[in-house]
Amino acid sequence: MSVETSTPEQSGGAGQTRPVPPLRGSRCTGCGNVAFPAAVGCQRCGSSAVTPLALAGHGVVWAHTVQRFAPKSPPYVPPAEGFQPFAVGYVELSDGVRVEAVLESSDHPEYDALAGAEVTLVATDPVPRFATRDWLDVHSHAAAERNQG
Amino acid sequence: MSPATSTVSIVGAGLSRFGRQPELTGRQMAVQAIHAALADAGLSWPDIQVAFGGSDGSGLADTLVADLGLTGIPFINVKNGCATGGSALVSAVNAIRSGAAEIALAVGFDKHPRGAFDPRPEDWGLSVGYGEAGLMVTTQFFAIKFARYMREHGISEQTLAKVAAKAFRNGSISPNAWRREALSEEAIAAAPMVNDPLTQYMFCSPGEGGAAIIVASEAAAQRLGARQVRLLSVATRTRSFGSFEVFAPSIQGHGTPPSVSTDAARAAFEAAGVAPSDIDVAQLQDTEAGAEIMHLAECGFCDHGDQEEWIVSGATEIGGRLPVNTDGGCIANGEPIGASGLRQVHEIVTQLRGEAGERQVPGSPRLGFTHVYGAPGISACTVLEAI
Repeated sequence: MSVETSTPEQSGGAGQTRPVPPLRGSRCTGCGNVAFPAAVGCQRCGSSAVTPLALAGHGVVWAHTVQRFAPKSPPYVPPAEGFQPFAVGYVELSDGVRVEAVLESSDHPEYDALAGAEVTLVATDPVPRFATRDWLDVHSHAAAERNQG
Repeated sequence: MSPATSTVSIVGAGLSRFGRQPELTGRQMAVQAIHAALADAGLSWPDIQVAFGGSDGSGLADTLVADLGLTGIPFINVKNGCATGGSALVSAVNAIRSGAAEIALAVGFDKHPRGAFDPRPEDWGLSVGYGEAGLMVTTQFFAIKFARYMREHGISEQTLAKVAAKAFRNGSISPNAWRREALSEEAIAAAPMVNDPLTQYMFCSPGEGGAAIIVASEAAAQRLGARQVRLLSVATRTRSFGSFEVFAPSIQGHGTPPSVSTDAARAAFEAAGVAPSDIDVAQLQDTEAGAEIMHLAECGFCDHGDQEEWIVSGATEIGGRLPVNTDGGCIANGEPIGASGLRQVHEIVTQLRGEAGERQVPGSPRLGFTHVYGAPGISACTVLEAI
């Protein structure tokens, strides 16, 4: 499924969109509990009647830390330019679920700006990745060029 | 008295050495711990009528009979992560209460290699992407949970360093500990950051060791003339809906995640008929310094946020209002997953008997508490009473 997630807060972004597919979760048809990834059975009520749900592409950082050392490889695949500390945490979505994600902000490697920050989904693979508005401002041009190509 | 409430006593407790022992296997450490517990109880292996035990990664406990003696008793393997020792102890206690045995053994052991644990995403129901992205790192979970907790409850980074410094200080006066060198708060705070706000010396390390506990019915304990410690209660729980655990791709539900430690501790206190404020000495899972801080409140010893005052005032030091992790806990003893829960029980038994030497809690402590917590959201707690 390909869905256009609008990012209206992006600078100079009137009408600009970025094709990031939504995170695929599920909602329990019995109790309404939202799960990510899509559940086999509901953790709250035990029902197996769940329906797919495309999750919101925005949220607020609930808590985060910074990975200061390179995780063991394998399984970790460092970026081509080598390991750099990265932020990881949980983003509280309006759907009512907090999703673990790699987090981007322009004050790396401190990442203090992430505390309680509003963030936008920028990637779903290999794991969810969210970014602050500052980071999006810096990266919007490059992203736009990639999207046109 | 109904079986469910009949008195069960700890009549023997034993440890192997903890820390790196290149010449020994995990199984050998388990045998050492069992022999130490038997000697402590004044028993020999043929006196044990049923046994429960396990390790996370160092073999099956029932193979130990090859080195202990082939007495033909039932020996049940337990594999329950950090709650392995607790689950083995629950099973041993239930065997006594059911009348199936009068003397039962619980044993836990492990010998982990250097460095971090090596979890595979697929074993946790996650896509391989979580490994590729660098998210299969246990320390991230503890740091994220504590980072949130600090902000919500006003805990300072200085308090984190104080908790770790206490662990190393207590380790320095615990003859069996792995880390026996005191470290200053400054050195701990200045150590390399692993996952903010936790530095290298705030974490325990995967380690090595074995621990064994022998329990007996009231009649058997009296017959033995053992220096018994009464096991008022033991409770294990798995997580409830909305909890936040290691390797969780999401936290479901709303509001503050519930704690399985709270559930297990409450069950243990209710079954024992005592309150957290009655406890004189406690062992709380200190996978890292922040965990000990959070577990103080999660287990009911103080309100969330009161830890800052508690720890700054020395309440959790030996000689304080509630001495915590008097043997240096996991930070000073390392974390052999199968053994840690029973090491905690061993330390409380030692304290309640008044045999803890330089680290003895003053004033003849009467009631003790132990708590383990681990992945994927399990906890085991005990309440012990001096006789």
